[in-house]
Amino acid sequence: MAESGLSTRELSVGYGKKLIVSGIEISAERGKILTLIGPNGAGKSTVLKTLCRQLAPLGGTVYIGENKLEELSGNELARSAAVLLTGRVRTEYMRCRDVVEMGRYPYTGRLGVLSAHDREKVEEAIKKVDIEGIADCDFDRVSDGQRQRVLIAGAICREPQVLILDEPVTFLDIKYKLELMDILKRLASENNTAIIMSLHELDLAQRVSDKLLCIKGDRPERFGSPEEIFTGGYIEELYGIEKGSLCEYYGTPELLGCDGEPRVFVIGGGGSGIAVYRKLRRLGIPFAAGIIHENDIEYPVASALAAKLVTERAFELISEESYRKAFEIMSKCESVICAAESFGTMNEPCRELLNEAERAGRLIEGAFDEK
Amino acid sequence: MDSRRQRIAIGYIILIALLIALVILNICVGSADIPPQRLWNALRFPENDKVAYNIVTGLRIPRTAAAAILGGALAVAGFLLQNFFANPIAGPYILGISSGAKLTVALLMVISLSHGFAANSAEMVLAAFAGSLISMGLILLISSKVRRMSVLIVCGVMIGYICSSITDLVVNFSDDSNIVNLHNWSMGSFSGIGSTEVITAACIIIPVCLCAFMLSKPMSAYQLGEEYARNSGVHIKAFRIALILLSSLLAACVTAFAGPVSFVGVAVPHLIKSAFRTAKPVIVIPASFLGGAVFCLMCDLVTRTLFAPTELSISTVTSVFGAPVVIYMLLNRERWKENG
Repeated sequence: MAESGLSTRELSVGYGKKLIVSGIEISAERGKILTLIGPNGAGKSTVLKTLCRQLAPLGGTVYIGENKLEELSGNELARSAAVLLTGRVRTEYMRCRDVVEMGRYPYTGRLGVLSAHDREKVEEAIKKVDIEGIADCDFDRVSDGQRQRVLIAGAICREPQVLILDEPVTFLDIKYKLELMDILKRLASENNTAIIMSLHELDLAQRVSDKLLCIKGDRPERFGSPEEIFTGGYIEELYGIEKGSLCEYYGTPELLGCDGEPRVFVIGGGGSGIAVYRKLRRLGIPFAAGIIHENDIEYPVASALAAKLVTERAFELISEESYRKAFEIMSKCESVICAAESFGTMNEPCRELLNEAERAGRLIEGAFDEK
Repeated sequence: MDSRRQRIAIGYIILIALLIALVILNICVGSADIPPQRLWNALRFPENDKVAYNIVTGLRIPRTAAAAILGGALAVAGFLLQNFFANPIAGPYILGISSGAKLTVALLMVISLSHGFAANSAEMVLAAFAGSLISMGLILLISSKVRRMSVLIVCGVMIGYICSSITDLVVNFSDDSNIVNLHNWSMGSFSGIGSTEVITAACIIIPVCLCAFMLSKPMSAYQLGEEYARNSGVHIKAFRIALILLSSLLAACVTAFAGPVSFVGVAVPHLIKSAFRTAKPVIVIPASFLGGAVFCLMCDLVTRTLFAPTELSISTVTSVFGAPVVIYMLLNRERWKENG
């Protein structure tokens, strides 16, 4: 069994007398990333705050390694668990380097003066998150993404067993989001740190986490690998998604499709149809699509957005039956768009659909607009 | 790195040089000018120049020492409060803590005068401490309800006004020949502080400032927020109580001996921080003490010499220098908020 960074037994968390989540049984292994997901207000932050003793647990126990959390001294706790919570830090006359240096707090003496060894650790951390360029800038003047990295550098030079982050990427743009995830991944594997964080970004959570804890209502609903969680429509259930859907392969959302009699038929397949489906959805035009194999890259989007969808089983030639069904739907539509860029043995009948549409004069060629 | 250290070293050297120069100036200059040569001789051979010796040891040295020590105390108190409230505009005078102390001291004075006994310095300090804690309690109560710093400041100023008007009321209704003294004191002044009082003040202020200095490390973590400090292993409750007690004690001590002195607590730490380009308590606390001493010595010199023989109250002068700094900070802060 892998080395345990942090684990809980029957943990209950909340504020004062108000119980928010109970029965939390997790173990975050060192070198791995555990992510908390769940709807807003489910208590993810409350759980994280309890794990790092910012809040007292209402019941149960938190273990850091072998030790009970409540028995650690302030200094021991500071050395073993570092935290980045959401509150924005305001500073006065502090360079980024000064903020990183504060990370060495539990190792310095009475007046907090850094030794040569401490400075080495600070430099290492600064290199690790790649902020050498801004190390001497005022912390209050760097961008949100940089600031988050500086704080992580501070956490790194504390050399903790456990790093806890509450929504670390919420206000960052995509570049910084990915960079931060990369840093966390490296931190987990190179420094053998157990990382526990909460994320709203399901796509990132799915890609970066080794384990996911899903919190909804007053109980953790599921605890498992991303493969176990992103399956069987569970995520839509977890978040109570009604006005749209979530693609489980990619962790990306899709709007709710337009209902009604389809006005446009899209001959799709191969991926180029995705842009067409989304455009039709934007224009609010109900459409039908076909004939899409169930393993086609377009399938998740088409099935989310199309009012009617004709499909074929994976890796099978398109059957006569599917073709007839598609043809029937197509003949009721005002116009036809061909998004497929090529046809082969697998989707030969789609070419026939195209020919039929052309013959009927209903094919829209090139770019289409709201007509 | 080096340039930063240099800046700090130069800053300290300038502060110490200013302090020495101002101490000598404050002792030499006055209604009877005593040039350094005569001062030196009078101190060496008291018998030869009794007049100078008496003026210097009886009046000027205690007053100079009082201005230096109490000024330093105010600046340190201001810095502690700024860290406590995470607000660079906090200070003992602005938050009404000095005025609370002033009220209780005035009450003690009036009661003691009407009962025919004179309160000693220790009693005065205790009364002032009680008053400052009451004001502090009110401010804490407000700060737990409203998070906005500007509201807190306005409330502090209002508490200050309430305390001041009650003090004025008390002073007006007490009829005694000593009331003139009381009136002078309630305006704030370093005059009339004797050597025993200075020693008492020093015995309180120096240990308190050392304690504050020893809190530099948790204070530096606290500057990054309460959660950060807690995660660094700071015992938040104990730390906050320590900050409250230390800053109240410093403000109380100053008020007990010199009355309310305005704006030193805000202006000096700010000037020090911007000159040193750091807010690290390890560096700023001692520098603020020196800076406060220099600032008050300078202001006291002005109160004595500008319209001599009439003396101004110390707050008149500290306000002239201090208030613009506060206005500048407020403006700067607003602009900073917009950008952030």
